[in-house]
Parts: sequence; C-alpha cells; structure tokens
Amino acid sequence: MRSLVSNLRRSAAAIVVTTVVFGFVYSFVGLGVAQLFFRHQADGSISTYGSSLVGQNWNGYSTTKILDPQWFHGRPDADNPLVATGKPGESGAANLGPHSEVLVQDVKALVRAWHAVGVNPTSDLVTSSGSGLDPDITPADAFAQIPMVSKATGVSPSRLRQLIRQETNGPELGFLGSSTIVVLQLNEALAKLR
Amino acid sequence: MGFFWTIVVLVVALGLAWRFLGSYMAAVFETRVHFLGFIERPIYAVLGTGPDREQTWKRYTGSLLVFSAAFILFGYLLVRIQGSLPLDPQHLGAVPPALSFNTIVSFVTNTNWQNYGGETTMSYFSQIGVLQVQQFVSAAVGIAAAVALIRGFCRKGSDTIGNFWVDITRCLLYVLLPVAFLAGIVLVSQGAVMTLAGPVTVHDALNHVTQTIPRGPAAFMGSIMQLGTNGGGFFNADLAHPFENPTGLTNLLYVFLTLSIGFSLTYTFGKMVGSVRHGAAVLGAMVIIFGAWVGFTSYAEHQPNPAVAAAGVTAQPTGNMEGKEVRFGDTSSALFNVSMTQTSDGAVDGASDSYNAMGGFGPLTGMMLGEVSPGGVGTGLYTILLFAIVAVFIGGLMIGRTPEYLGKKIQAREVKLAGFGILVMPVVVLVFTGIAVSVHAGRAGPLNGGPHGFSEILYAFTSQSNNNGSAFAGLTGNHAFYNVMGAIAMLLGRFAVMVPALGLAGALAAKKTVPASAGTFRTDNTMFVGLLIGVIIIVGALVFFPAVALGPIATALSHKFYSVVPALSHVGHVLAGRLLR
Repeated sequence: MRSLVSNLRRSAAAIVVTTVVFGFVYSFVGLGVAQLFFRHQADGSISTYGSSLVGQNWNGYSTTKILDPQWFHGRPDADNPLVATGKPGESGAANLGPHSEVLVQDVKALVRAWHAVGVNPTSDLVTSSGSGLDPDITPADAFAQIPMVSKATGVSPSRLRQLIRQETNGPELGFLGSSTIVVLQLNEALAKLR
Repeated sequence: MGFFWTIVVLVVALGLAWRFLGSYMAAVFETRVHFLGFIERPIYAVLGTGPDREQTWKRYTGSLLVFSAAFILFGYLLVRIQGSLPLDPQHLGAVPPALSFNTIVSFVTNTNWQNYGGETTMSYFSQIGVLQVQQFVSAAVGIAAAVALIRGFCRKGSDTIGNFWVDITRCLLYVLLPVAFLAGIVLVSQGAVMTLAGPVTVHDALNHVTQTIPRGPAAFMGSIMQLGTNGGGFFNADLAHPFENPTGLTNLLYVFLTLSIGFSLTYTFGKMVGSVRHGAAVLGAMVIIFGAWVGFTSYAEHQPNPAVAAAGVTAQPTGNMEGKEVRFGDTSSALFNVSMTQTSDGAVDGASDSYNAMGGFGPLTGMMLGEVSPGGVGTGLYTILLFAIVAVFIGGLMIGRTPEYLGKKIQAREVKLAGFGILVMPVVVLVFTGIAVSVHAGRAGPLNGGPHGFSEILYAFTSQSNNNGSAFAGLTGNHAFYNVMGAIAMLLGRFAVMVPALGLAGALAAKKTVPASAGTFRTDNTMFVGLLIGVIIIVGALVFFPAVALGPIATALSHKFYSVVPALSHVGHVLAGRLLR
C-alpha cells in the first residue's frame, strides 16, 4: 500500500513534468526556431496561388469539364469527381485493394477522360496518391500531357518540353526518391508564357 | 540505381549509429553522462528519488504500471475536455469516449494506432500536450524495460535491477530530447510545417480554386514519433502528407530515425554485458530478417498493380503507384513500410491497403514475427532476448546440457517466462481476429471485400497486439467494437510481454554466473544467429500460416486478372466470403 501511494505521488509529479517539458517547452522552442529561421517552410510553403506542397484540382469551378486542357494536371486526388475519396478536409488515401473492382472502374473512367482530351495517360495519372494531396508528377507524366496543353494554349510542344525540363527537381542528392515536378510551379511558369 | 544508393547510405548511417549511439546509450544508463545534470537533479528532487535508490524487479514493474495507468487516465481526461482547453483554432470539440479510450491507450502503449483523422479530431493542445508527450514517454518506458533486462544479465546475485524513474528520466533527457530536436530542425528546413496559426485559405486566381489547408505544429512531433517508434502522425495521411514528409530526404531521415535506436540498443546490450560479440549476434539476426523483408516487399511493389492493369493501363514502369506519392516512388515507399512494420513504428508514407497482395504480405508478416528486427525502441531488444532464451533452450536440448546465456543458467522459470512473453501476442491476434469475424460489428469494418477484407481485420489486430499502429486503412475502426477490442489488444501486447521480461530480469539478476567451459553452447557465433532466426521464423510461421493463407495468400492466388491457380482462387473466395458474411 505504501509503495502504491508513493508510486502514485511520483506518477503525478512525473506526468506534470513530462507534459510541460516534452509537450509544451519542446514544441514552443521548436516553434521559435522554425519561425525564426524557416518561416516560409514552417507556415506551409504558401505562395500567391497555393502551397507548393499541397496538390490542387486544376479544373477550376467548372463542373462540366473533367480535365481542363489548358493546365497540367496532377494525380487524380481529392475533389476529383471520378474517384472514390475519403472524408472532406481530411488527408488520406482511397485505400482500395490491389484487386478492388471499384479501383478498376475508377481507373477505366480516368483513362476514358484522358483519352477524350487526347492524352495517353501514364500510371501516375490514373492512380490516386497516399496523402490525397500529392503535389508532384514525374517528367514522364508531364510529357504525356503536352499534346493537350499545346492544343488548348497554343504554346508549341518544344517550348513546353523545355518548360518541363526547367521545372524538374531532383532526385535529391542524385539518388533520393524520384525526379519530380511541382504541378503548381509548372502551371505558374506556363501562365507566364501565355 | 537510386534505390541501391539509398540502401548504401542507410547502412552506413545505421552502422555509425550502432557503434556510437549504442555506446553513448550504454554510458547514459551506466550514469556516466551528466551534461544535463542541472535539469536532471531538480527532476529527481520533485520525484523524491535518485540513482542511488535501486528497485527490485517487483518495485520496478509496479512503478512502471502505476505510471502508465495514471497517464492513461490523465490523457483520457484531457482529450475529453479539449474543447474547453486552449490551442484549438478549429474548434474541434471533445473527442468521443470510446475513441478517446482507444487513442490514449494507443499512445501510452507506443502503438499509435489511429482510429481518428488527426487534422479533423485533435486540437493542437491534444496533439502536443497529450499525444506528443506519450511519444516521448512511452518510448522511454520501453527502453527502460530493455535496460532493466540487460542489467539482469550483468548483475550477479543481486536483488535489484535499477530505478525506473531514473531510467526514464535519463533516457528522455540524454537520448530522445537532443536527437528529436535536431531532427526536427532538419524536417522544418525541408518543408515540414511548424505553426500554431491554424488552417489557411488560399484562392488560386489561375484556376479559380479556393483551398483550405490545415496546418499545425507537426515537424517536431514528426521527429520524436519516428525516433521513439511511435508512428502516429499529426495528419490523417500520416507520413504520406507532404507537410510532414516533404521530400525524399525527409523520407530517408524518418527511416533512419526509426531504425537507429532499435539497432543501436544491441551494441548497448553487448557493451553493458561485457561482450560486444553477443550484441553483434543479436544484430545479425535482426539485419538478416529485415533485409529479406525489404528485398521481397520492394520487389513486389515494383510490379504493376493488377486492378490498374485490368483497367487497361498495363505499362506501369514506376511500379504500383496506387496510394503512393510520386516524390518517394515504389521501392523507397516499400523500404519505408518495411522499416515501420518491423520496428513497431507503424507510420505509413502510402496506403498499405493498396499494396500488391505480396507487397502487403511483407508488412503483415513482418509484424507477426513479433517486432524483433529491430522492433520497437526497447521492446524489440527485450522481445528478441526472449527468443534468444528459447533458442538456447532448444540448443541445450540438442546437446543435452543445461543451457546458459551470458553465463546465466537458463532453467524452468526463465524458459516459462520467455515462452509466455512470446506467445501472448499470437494468442491475442488470433483470438481477437476470430471474434471480429464472428460478430456483426466486426464484419462491418472492412472496406474491401473477400480475402482482402479478412486481411484488413487480421492486419488491424496484428498491428495493435504488436503495438505497431500500421493499418490497412480501409478498415473503419472508429466504432465501439474496434475501439474497445483494439485497446485491450494493445494493453495485452504491451504489458503482458513487458512484465514477463522484467520478471526475467529479476530472476537473472539474482543468479550467479557460471564460467564458460569447453562444453558451453556458444551464443555469439553465426550458428547461434542461424538458430535464433530459425526460432523466430518457425514460431511465427507455425502460429500464423493458416491465417495468412486466408488473407494475403488467398488474395494473391485468387484474383480473376492473373488467375494462377483457379481452384485455390475459388476456395479462397468461398472461405473468405463465409467468414465475412
């Protein structure tokens, strides 16, 4: 009994100390360092048109157009009317299994939509991502969309290819992950051309 | 080629951590490091204890259990009243009772199973003041238990195994705090968010889209959640979210952080017991199992996704990208997933549920081996030492001699404790999965049908009983049934293994050592590594093969697109259909 009481007293003290030190002091000192030295990143890498780390839907307010041909598009993620998605406002994947009939139908619908705008889609362009917010595509995914964008905007395919090469990042340190293009930055560069 | 260099860099970095972090941790727990004494001493004063106040194994276990129980109660109360607390810019309100219970048990047991969506459920106060605190504390508790077991091997004829309060304090201050803080700075510099400013709304004038983007103090939570093999992310998408895992570099850093303490503790073990070779033997078993799983899981994920192929997209040069992020790619995502499921971390950087059948088999069976390669911080080491005791017992039977490990005679009591500790997890997984597929509330959970739906349930209980937290996230876990059953599985998986390990520490510490002789069964050579791996794999395979056959193996064989064995396909579908009806 005496040891239970002393354990409870020590637990109470340890709970207070750890909550203060490892909850609040740690986070607030971290916040201070982050906001002082890396303010842009710590606030979410936000620029005029959105965050370079959060993918967005490039179909605008139009509910009729599935793929607006004047922009490059990212992964078919949240807000895409063609795919099954999670809860609004919550990041996350569709979680469809490798043999899911729903997934087969979603991919078929996406392939049809891409074909309708003259694009032969790569696999990234018909599969949804892990976060539902994937900001990136690979250079191959961008090259596949050149015919569509060129036709809609009048920018020549060779100019678009050059633009894609210019916006390609990584792989980091030459080996980490894939070569990527931030769709938002590619479209910002495209907007400047027009 | 990129993946090859990723592995090379990881191996070199972990090798350095093994040698230097390992010996540093030995110094910490032998109280030879004092540079934060000015914080450490006041903490002991408040707690009314100190390094000279040694505890018996029963006292040590009592302190550990009372502390954990008190923290469950305290954390539960805080998330229930989060609506009345500060730091809630989204006005999320109280978390419901069953979900609160599951969540707080999940974080106190180092599981970080999440039946909630972070950004839509937990206020900033709950995230940093409850969940993040547990990411530090539960990791320290696990490491303390492992260190107590190491002391059991070191000490001769002693009735004490250290002081619980001192062990967690030193672990928190000297190991977890500095590493997590430095890693947090790197994460922020790469783009992880760290702000209290709440969600931001941006209007994109280019395409007339308005986005509301949730943010929060995520970066510094990310570093400790990985270093402490917790894995419960700030956002629902966990480490697939670009705000927590923005680049390929952060992805590799997270893998490194997660594996570093688990592997390094084998050096700490070797150094403290006075035979680094013994630590290296345990490390060898861990590395071989880990490497094999990384190999076949990465291979499986580099294959095309069958559902996407069935829809007509047969060319998938980048592998199965359904549920994966472009910046990581297929093989690095698989490396990440194997690292997180063999460490009891459980973070995901993509949807495990959408892995190819044999790709999902990797993480699932990795957990079923009992989280020993390298396992959770501390928990992995003491669990593999339980397996080592069983291995020397079997070795002893083969040569007809009372087995010894590190000079300690392994007798009936030790083998019983080790056997009990090893069998708790499989019993909980199989019984709870059996219950879930037998009742309506359990069968209502899976998103996907057929054998894959069964895999979702099996995966959930395997993950929670192993205190992992990884999920086939299609399963809807936020119902009273899964919340409560899951919480019980997590408590048993944590404490019903930890207490026998501490009992073993007490039993071993009390023993005298026997000098090694020519007839002693060697426990520091490659033969022992092979025996240890054999015991781990055989126990796992014997216990789980039938269940795995109904889940991922049935899925792999049964689908109509690549029907390899049509008869088995039929059997798999019928069985799983029965189970889930």
